[in-house]
Amino acid sequence: MTTSVPPPIVPAQARRKPHRRLSIAGTAGAAVVGFWVLMAALGPWLAPDDVGSMNGDAVFAPISAQYPLGADFLGRDMLSRILQGAPYTVGVALAAVLVASIGGTALALFAAARGGWFDSVVSRIVDIQLSIPTKLLALIMVAAFGSSVPVLVLTIGIGYLPGAFRIARSLAVNVQAMEYVQAARARGEGLAYITFHEMLPNMLRPVLADFGLRFLFIVLLLSGLSFLGLGVQPPDADWGSLVRENIIGLSEGSPAVIVPAIAIATLTIGVNMAIDGFAGRKRRGA
Amino acid sequence: MILKSDAIRLIAIRIGVGLLTLFAVSVVVFAITSLLPGDAAQAMLGQESTPELLAALRTKFGLDQPGYVRYARWLGGMLLGDLGHALANDLPVAQLIGARLPNSLMLAAATAAVSVPVALIIGVTSAMFRGSLYDRMVNMATVWVVSVPEFLIATVAVLIFAVKLHWLAALSRPDDIATLGQFIRVYAMPVLTLCCVIVAQMARMTRAAVIDQLTSSYIEMARLKGVRPVRMVLTHALPNAVGPIANAVALSLSYLIGGVIIVESIFNYPGIASLMVDSVTVRDMPVVQACAMLFCAGYLVLLTVADLAAILSNPRLRK
Repeated sequence: MTTSVPPPIVPAQARRKPHRRLSIAGTAGAAVVGFWVLMAALGPWLAPDDVGSMNGDAVFAPISAQYPLGADFLGRDMLSRILQGAPYTVGVALAAVLVASIGGTALALFAAARGGWFDSVVSRIVDIQLSIPTKLLALIMVAAFGSSVPVLVLTIGIGYLPGAFRIARSLAVNVQAMEYVQAARARGEGLAYITFHEMLPNMLRPVLADFGLRFLFIVLLLSGLSFLGLGVQPPDADWGSLVRENIIGLSEGSPAVIVPAIAIATLTIGVNMAIDGFAGRKRRGA
Repeated sequence: MILKSDAIRLIAIRIGVGLLTLFAVSVVVFAITSLLPGDAAQAMLGQESTPELLAALRTKFGLDQPGYVRYARWLGGMLLGDLGHALANDLPVAQLIGARLPNSLMLAAATAAVSVPVALIIGVTSAMFRGSLYDRMVNMATVWVVSVPEFLIATVAVLIFAVKLHWLAALSRPDDIATLGQFIRVYAMPVLTLCCVIVAQMARMTRAAVIDQLTSSYIEMARLKGVRPVRMVLTHALPNAVGPIANAVALSLSYLIGGVIIVESIFNYPGIASLMVDSVTVRDMPVVQACAMLFCAGYLVLLTVADLAAILSNPRLRK
């Protein structure tokens, strides 16, 4: 089918390549992502205001000393809202990407090792799932199961699993054909040893780059769903929900609409720069 | 273009695979939306449900039959144009979709008409001046645009053009368009938002396709012969890049399907995607199923066209 799989990286070459230092953009990107991951863990405690503290006089207040990022449609401090939303946006996306990447890679390793009908059946199922756009799949799942955090994690995780499987499988098939894997097999090593000591370390780099990219897409999908009112449900709010609930402030030019959208953008662009900064990643189209 | 029998076979196979995939997708969509706990009868009765009423309504809807029978009925109805009735207002789904489909197609057509030429120009020129400041700026801009949510682009556009400049309206109602000016006022912002994402994707892929040609040996030969760079790109590389570029265009246009879902909702544009989002919110399954199949079919058509462009552009398959 049409989803492109990056050319497999030959491990012998990847090893020989000297480790270039992370570029400035890569370091900056990694720092931004690290900051948001930290905020996902600590944000709710650092938030200056409680979830419930409203101020009727400050509805859609502009940026000021009291409200560093303005105030929302109920007069709540936007900085606190963003910090309280970070666990949802970053946490749910991280959980979903773990489901997708670990599930996809494990399935790919198993399919490549097993081969035969199992490999063909899984590959066909993946082909079918890849021909449903993920946003659409998410909408159908939410229509069927309703929307809660576990449903979101599973839905999005399963939605992005086939892509991870595709990439990991093509890597695994290539690595499997290398002499050191065959030598290990000839020595009589067990499947677990071959998988974790010989194959996985030589697939790690492209799998990690794919992990980052998949995280980015998942953040965008999750925010999109929340923006449509189909993601994280009130009273909880991720950054996509914050844009939605403050959208009426747009006509007043309120910062409450733009600030959460910018928070998402810093996270996703940060991820992108961090991946690009990784040494050894082949730039697309270059 | 005359094709070898090999090529005709490949094309037939690709179209057959597309149809089979669509069939498989319909099984998945049906399975997710109707074999799960809580059916349409329960949803309609809500609080007032008694076991007798529920059983009667289930018989009326045919929900007491096994899953594969219901699937066969649903698929048969869909093929014959009978999409069932919406739970919310009992209107035929076909009528609901029919009323909104032209709006969505218009939006898609306007987006394609703007984005394809812009993306091709950006893609080809950035490939021609590879490594230049212009190329690097384009590269950075496209990466940023692709990694930003659509609603950020849309809200920034509304903020600038509707709130600050008062040029355009924040909502898009395509009901009474009489002049070109009105047409532009209604479509400018949704099309602009959709274009941002699609142009970025398409320009990147076009650039990659042209560069792929520029690094091939016949271009090396032309360069050694002393052909001027512009002529080299336009007369040597571009004709050979048409297939890959057509592939890139079709693939990028498939991003429309994800994009319209957000864009129609944010601008309150009465199209298929906003119908689907509303139906998901109230869990109106017949409408969700029909819209989902429509989107999947559109997506598969674009993926198939992209593959066909790649097949047709292979000179070995021509006589």
